[in-house]
Amino acid sequence: MIPELGHFALVVALSLAAAQAALSFTGAATGRHALMGASRPIAIGQFLFVAGAFAALAYAFVTSDFSVVNVVEHSNSKLPLQYRFAATWGSHEGSMLLWTLMLGGWTFAVALFSRHLPERLVARVLGVMGLVSAGFLLFILLTSDPFERLIPAAAEGHDLNPLLQDPGMVVHPPMLYMGYVGFSVAFAFAIAALLEGRLDAAWARWSRPWTTAAWCFLTLGIMMGSAWAYYELGWGGWWFWDPVENASFMPWLAGTALIHSLAVTEKRGTFRAWTVLLAIVAFSLSLVGTFLVRSGVLTSVHAFATDPRRGIFILLFLVVVVGGSLAIFAWRAPRVGLGSSFAPVSRESMLLANNVLLGVALAAVMLGTLYPLFLDALNLGKISVGPPYFDAVFFPLMAPAVFLMAVGPVASWKRARLPDLWIRLRWAFGVAVVAALLLPFLLGRWSPLIAFGLWLALWLVASAVAQLVQRLEAAPQATLGAKLRAQSLSWYGMTVAHLGIAVFILGVTIVKGYETERDLRMAPGQHTAIGGYDFEFKGVREVPGPNYTAIQGAFDIRRAGSPQVVRTLYPQKRMYPADGQTMTEAAIDTGLTRDLYVSLGEPVEGGAWGVRVYHKPFVDWIWGGCVLMALGGFLALADRRYRVKRAAAVPAGAAAQGAMP
Amino acid sequence: MKGLKYAIPLVLFAALVAFLAVGLTRDPREVPSPFIGKPAPQFKLTELAAPERTFGPEDMRGKVWLLNVWASWCVSCRVEHPLLVDMSKQALVPIVGLDYKDKRADGLQWLATHGDPYRLSAYDDEGKVGIDFGVYGVPETFVIDKQGVIRYKQIGPITKEALDKTILPLVRKLNG
Repeated sequence: MIPELGHFALVVALSLAAAQAALSFTGAATGRHALMGASRPIAIGQFLFVAGAFAALAYAFVTSDFSVVNVVEHSNSKLPLQYRFAATWGSHEGSMLLWTLMLGGWTFAVALFSRHLPERLVARVLGVMGLVSAGFLLFILLTSDPFERLIPAAAEGHDLNPLLQDPGMVVHPPMLYMGYVGFSVAFAFAIAALLEGRLDAAWARWSRPWTTAAWCFLTLGIMMGSAWAYYELGWGGWWFWDPVENASFMPWLAGTALIHSLAVTEKRGTFRAWTVLLAIVAFSLSLVGTFLVRSGVLTSVHAFATDPRRGIFILLFLVVVVGGSLAIFAWRAPRVGLGSSFAPVSRESMLLANNVLLGVALAAVMLGTLYPLFLDALNLGKISVGPPYFDAVFFPLMAPAVFLMAVGPVASWKRARLPDLWIRLRWAFGVAVVAALLLPFLLGRWSPLIAFGLWLALWLVASAVAQLVQRLEAAPQATLGAKLRAQSLSWYGMTVAHLGIAVFILGVTIVKGYETERDLRMAPGQHTAIGGYDFEFKGVREVPGPNYTAIQGAFDIRRAGSPQVVRTLYPQKRMYPADGQTMTEAAIDTGLTRDLYVSLGEPVEGGAWGVRVYHKPFVDWIWGGCVLMALGGFLALADRRYRVKRAAAVPAGAAAQGAMP
Repeated sequence: MKGLKYAIPLVLFAALVAFLAVGLTRDPREVPSPFIGKPAPQFKLTELAAPERTFGPEDMRGKVWLLNVWASWCVSCRVEHPLLVDMSKQALVPIVGLDYKDKRADGLQWLATHGDPYRLSAYDDEGKVGIDFGVYGVPETFVIDKQGVIRYKQIGPITKEALDKTILPLVRKLNG
């Protein structure tokens, strides 16, 4: 009964989403308040019904209802509770439902937090989101029904893919989808503003917090995926330029450009057409990513069951949503005007350079991802594009962007003078150069690439420090505490996010430059030394798990030359009888300055095992940097002006304000 | 017209849709190989583990066998490898490896770590044999019959499904 209720909830949600779109657009076009006023409650109702459907599916998974096909295929009664719950989005059908739930959640949030905005704008925003939601609900009902019954019911399920039975996989997809789908808000604001013919500073200010929030979630989602690949796939890599990874990275690049472009539009009123295009592109890439992942046009290590009908549906949907919005852009954008001018050296010009570089990097990633598809469509053969291409094009594009990232915040709007910039940053520059030249010797090996990577990161840090010092000196307050409090949260947010990039670059540079890896066979009692640590293989034993049996190795780790065991690591090989898969579970000793990583390979004769041992210095800084970036975003979201504006605007009846100073 | 530049994104998107639409009609895993139904190209390569010995397809004449193209640098090979190891334990069909564009030491080390399911591996360091076989990417697997004719080609990692539904039934049929 519950699955039927879930299915019915989806049907109701679809009709509500269609009504949400139709009433909002009609109301906005004719100016009828009753229609526009209806969009908000309908949007809330739509969310509640989608949430109900999701709860029904989650219930079927948690109670192991093996009369539902989806549950049979992706769960098992022996699966621990948290994974039975996570299995709700472990299938194609479930993850599309999760996507729609997230969209409903964002719509709900817009409906709640938009009371200070002009009525017609809100109606159009909710209309666009309703349209997108209707498309996805239709997609689920027509091609990916998660509630399909199996008669007679199965006795036991096939189990969730063991790769997904991991805490990271419980949080990774929801975070990623929060980010993906969150760009729909910026997209809806952009379309509404184009229809309205008003792309001004107020519009940019309203879009900014939504965009930043989505970007933060996407950053965290990508980070979790990368960390998961690192400890779960067992070969110590953290980014593979796999098509599915790229599908999440492209919206991130577009979203990053959008955040910066919105800042310029808000503060200076320029870049308007460009900002609105980026808002369309960021969400369109989320949709294209969905298409690439779900249609099976590209091969990837992320294997999903594919169905040609799904591909055709999403492609048609893409044509309607992306094609439609780009057509509106082509039609309305010529009228939005250019905004104020700026000098070749100014904060605007640097943000423009940042946008161009991010845009080109995005195009390069997209080209690399789709190149096999292009060649195939032109009958020029099948190829795959690997990490060498992406590394070769991506890093040279990002290096100047990172360089400018340190200068941009110091430069003044409209016109900056190079000599001033030099005076403000020369110490930072000098410190970064000297430290980058010397540090590699301390770390053990000097190479130009390592020095360059360190220099970029240190340059970011040093210029942020220089800027902080100068801002504090300039602040009129009496005490240091008061001076620190006087700086806005959005400034702190930006600085923390930029420092996150620095931390990320440090991690990548040091791990690429100094990691050591050993692939060897070890018999019990044998030692191996790596990165200043001694590993002793103590042998293996069998340990039972809830739905698997594992062979578990034990490795005593000592500092070289010391008799004391620092830690014992227990890597496992898990056998999942339900679907006959074997999984490698690496054991990692995580530390601030290094990870020690052991994974078991295959048994070889005489009780010996193939073993893989890694010493990965600073690898966790890669993810730490991502967390800092997201933290910076959340800090910026907490900035007073968003709250003050809201509080002030509500009683005033939500009139739009003009350009900000 | 000045406003035309605003239509550029739309035009680019239209081109992208055209490519995606064509892409939908193809399965990236199923390349209609011109080699299917043709005799396997002849070659003579040294064995990976024993450089003094050579191997050629005629050595397998009279047997139904798999030629599995792999390399130590190939990430997807690790995905299919446990299946191959499993197959060799059950002795379902002889598997010959073709270590493609690899270093000999790396290849041997890789087999030592991940297990060696192969009767032997031929060592194709320059990738010339791979070109003769029309290898697009690694891994690929060919099913070759008793007369030395290629009967099937698996592009990308062998999946449990492909193994149970296509490869093993075909092997059984060819073995009569």
